[in-house]
Amino acid sequence: MSAEQHTPVSITSVSIDDPHMQPLARNPRRMEQTIATAMFFGLLSFVLFGVAYWMNWAPWSLGVTLGLGMVLLGFGVTAWGKYLMPKGPFVEERHEVASTEEQRDSFAAAVIQRNLGILGRRKVLGGLAGAGLGVFGIVAAFPLIRSLGPLPKNSLKTTDWKAGSYLVDSTGRAVKVGDVAVGGIVTVFPMGFEDTDNGQAVDQTVLIRLATADVVTLAGRESWGPSGYVAYSKVCPHLGCPVGLYEQQLEVLVCPCHQSMFTVSNGGYPTFGPAPRPLPQLPLYVDGRGYIRSQGGYNQPVGAGFWERS
Amino acid sequence: MSSKTKTSVSKYGPLGDKLNDLDDRLGVARGGRTLMDKIFPDHWSFMLGEIALYSFMILLATGIFLTLYYVPSQTLVTYHGSYLPLRGVRVSQAFASSVDLSFSVRAGLMMRQMHHWACDIFVGAIVVHMARVFFTGAFRKPRETNWLIGTLLLILSIANGFLGYSLPDDLVSGTGLRIAFSILESIPVIGSYAATMLFGGNFPGTMVISRFFTLHVLLIPAIMVGLVTAHLVLLVTQKHTQFKGKGRTEKNVVGAPMMPIFAAKATGFIFLVSGVTALLAGLAQINPIWQFGPYEASKISYAVQPDWYMGWLDGVLRIWPAWQFSNFGHTIPLEVFLPAVVVPGIVFTIAQLWPAIEAKFTKDTAMHNLLDRPRDRPKRTAFGVGMLAFLFMLFVASSTDVLANYFHISLNSMLWLMRVLVILVPLISYPVTLTLCKELQRAGDAGKRRRPNIVTRSAEGAYHTVPADLRPGDGHHELAAEPLPTFIKLDDAEEATAGTRMITR
Repeated sequence: MSAEQHTPVSITSVSIDDPHMQPLARNPRRMEQTIATAMFFGLLSFVLFGVAYWMNWAPWSLGVTLGLGMVLLGFGVTAWGKYLMPKGPFVEERHEVASTEEQRDSFAAAVIQRNLGILGRRKVLGGLAGAGLGVFGIVAAFPLIRSLGPLPKNSLKTTDWKAGSYLVDSTGRAVKVGDVAVGGIVTVFPMGFEDTDNGQAVDQTVLIRLATADVVTLAGRESWGPSGYVAYSKVCPHLGCPVGLYEQQLEVLVCPCHQSMFTVSNGGYPTFGPAPRPLPQLPLYVDGRGYIRSQGGYNQPVGAGFWERS
Repeated sequence: MSSKTKTSVSKYGPLGDKLNDLDDRLGVARGGRTLMDKIFPDHWSFMLGEIALYSFMILLATGIFLTLYYVPSQTLVTYHGSYLPLRGVRVSQAFASSVDLSFSVRAGLMMRQMHHWACDIFVGAIVVHMARVFFTGAFRKPRETNWLIGTLLLILSIANGFLGYSLPDDLVSGTGLRIAFSILESIPVIGSYAATMLFGGNFPGTMVISRFFTLHVLLIPAIMVGLVTAHLVLLVTQKHTQFKGKGRTEKNVVGAPMMPIFAAKATGFIFLVSGVTALLAGLAQINPIWQFGPYEASKISYAVQPDWYMGWLDGVLRIWPAWQFSNFGHTIPLEVFLPAVVVPGIVFTIAQLWPAIEAKFTKDTAMHNLLDRPRDRPKRTAFGVGMLAFLFMLFVASSTDVLANYFHISLNSMLWLMRVLVILVPLISYPVTLTLCKELQRAGDAGKRRRPNIVTRSAEGAYHTVPADLRPGDGHHELAAEPLPTFIKLDDAEEATAGTRMITR
C-alpha cells in the first residue's frame, strides 16, 4: 500500500476514504491499469482501422477494428466513471416546475385580458382574421396536396390488355400454343408493354397450361381457356404482390407475401388466406398462326381493393 | 466595453478568465454550473433511453455519409459497377448507387450496415425504454407530455425505418412499397387519391423514391431532432424520476452528478453502443440488396421478412380474415383497412393517451417523482404485459409460412393457431401477470432471516409482540445520500481551491 492511498484530502466534510467519494479507494491502482490497458488496445485498434482502410482490406476488417476500438475505449471511459470517480450517491433537491402563485396570476391575467379583452373587443376584426387564416390554410393546402400527383382517374381500373393483344414473355417473345407443356407456367405481358412500368406492375399476368384440351374455369367463361391455357392477373387482390408461386399438383397459385391461395381451375377463386376476391381471369384465344392472344382486357380492376371499385 | 475596465483576474487563473469572458457574452456560468450538478439516478434501466439517443446519433452520422453517394432516382441505367453478377442488368439509379456505395466506396458497406443495424437497435431501444417508463409509472404527472413526445418518436422512427428500407429499390423493398401503395388504396373514399398522389400515378409511379428520400433524410429527421431535443429539455426541467430507496423522496433526486461521473459514463457508453453497432456491421450481414437484385414489379422473393419492428404490422395482415364490404357500388377493403390502418391506429392511440387513460381510472392527479415497482401496480403491469403479448404474437404471425415449413404443419393449421394465440395469449397473460404481481408484492421479505419476536407482558397483564432489532448483516445497505460538495463559497477562496482537488483525486 502506497502512502498516497491513505492521504486524506479534506474538503467540506468529505474525505478520500469516504465511500461516497471513492469506491475503489483501497486499491485504485489495479482498476487504473485495467482501464489503461483497455484504452491502449482501443487506440491500437483504431490505428489498425486506419491501416485496414488505407490498405483497402475486406469490409469486415473495417467494422471489426473500428468496433473493437470503440468498445475498448468505451469500456475504459465508462469504467473510469464507474470505479474511479466519486461514487455518490449524491442528492439534489427538486425545484418546483410550477411557478409561484403571483406569477401564475400575472400570466393568466395577461393571457385573458390581452387576448380575450383586447382582441375580443373587436369581434368583427377578430372573426375576419380568423376566417382569413382558415381560408389561407385551405388555399395553401392546394399546392401542397393537389400538386402531389395526378388524380387516379381510371388508372387503377384499367390495364394495357386489349382485344387481340399478343401474350409475350419478359423478353418480348410472343407465346405460341405449343410453347408451354401441361403444368407449365410463364409470366406474360401484352406485347409492347413488357418493358414499361405499367406493364410490369399492372399488366403482369400468369399463363398456365392445365391441359391440352380447352379448359372452362367457370360458367360463362367457356371460350376463355383454349388448348388448356388459362391466364390470370399476377397482381394479388390482397396487397398487390406478384402471385408468383404455382403449386402444380393442386393447381393453386400462392402469394408469397401473405399466403393467399387461388385455385386456377376454378376461376382463380381464393381458397385460403386474407385475399377476399378471386384473381381476375384474362380471356384468351389462339389465332390462326398459333399465337395465344387476349380476347379483351380484364373484366374487373386488378390488384388491391379501393373505394371506387364496384 | 474596453478591456481596461477589467481589473481583477479570476482566482482560477487564465482558464477562469476565459470562462468569465464566455460568461460576459453568453451567460453560461449559472446554467452551466446547474447543468454540471444535475443528478442522474444510478439505475441500469435509465440507460435504455440513452441507447436510443446514441443510436440516433449513429444514424445521423452514418446517414450523412450515405447521402453523399446515394442517388434518389428511379431512372433506369445499365449497371456497370464492380459487382459482376449484376453487370449489364437494367437497374434504377437508386439501386445502382446503393450497390456501388456498398462495393466501390471504401468503408461504404460498413457505413450502410452500421446505419441499418443502428436503426434496428434504435427502434428496439425506444420500445424497451418505453416499456420501462410504462411499467414503472414514470409517465405520470408531470411527465405526460414527455410520454407523448416519446410515442411520437416511436411512430416516426418506425415510419422512417420503413422509408429508409425502401430507398435501395431492391426486389424486397419494392415489394414493401407495393404493399404500402395498396394499404393507402384501402382507405375509404380518399384511398386511391392518396395512393396515386403520393406515388405520382399508379404504382410504381416515378416519384416515390425521390419523395421518400426527402422524407427520410430531411423532413422526418428534422422533426425527430426537434422532438428529441424537447424530450431532453423536458427531462432536465422536470428532473429524473427515481426508484424508492434510502433518502429518496418526491422532493429530491439521488444519484451521480453530470460532471464528471455521468459525463464519463455516457461518453463511454456512446462508444460502447457505436462499437457494438460497428462490430455488427463488420460481422453480421444485413439487407444484402445485391443478392435480392433490382426491383421488378412482376418478380418476388419467398420467405423474406421485413425489419423486426414492421413484423407485427405484417402479422396482422396475414391472419386477418378475408372480409370486404362491397354492396353499394363501392368497395371498402376491410381485409386491408382494418388490420393495416385501424389496428395500428388503435394501438398507437392507446399508447399516446395512456397517461390520460390511467388517470381516468385511478383518479390520481398528484405529482409523481418516485417510481412504482411494476408488482405494486398489478393492473397496469398486467395490461402492459397483455399488450406486449398481443404485439409479440402478431410479430410471430408474420412468419406463419416459415414456421409451418419448419414444424412441418399445414399453413392452414398455422394460420388458425396464430389467430387463436393472438387473442388467447394476451387474455391469459393478463390474469397470470395480475396474480404474479400480487404474489410478488409479498416477496420483499422472502429470503430474509426471520426476525425473532419479543413478547412482553405489561404490569396490567397485557401482552405486546414487537419484532426484535435487525441482526448485524441483515437489512439493506445503501449509503445515505450526501449533498453534492459545493466546492466553492464565494467569500472563501481557500476552501474553493481545496474543493477542486476532489476531481483530480
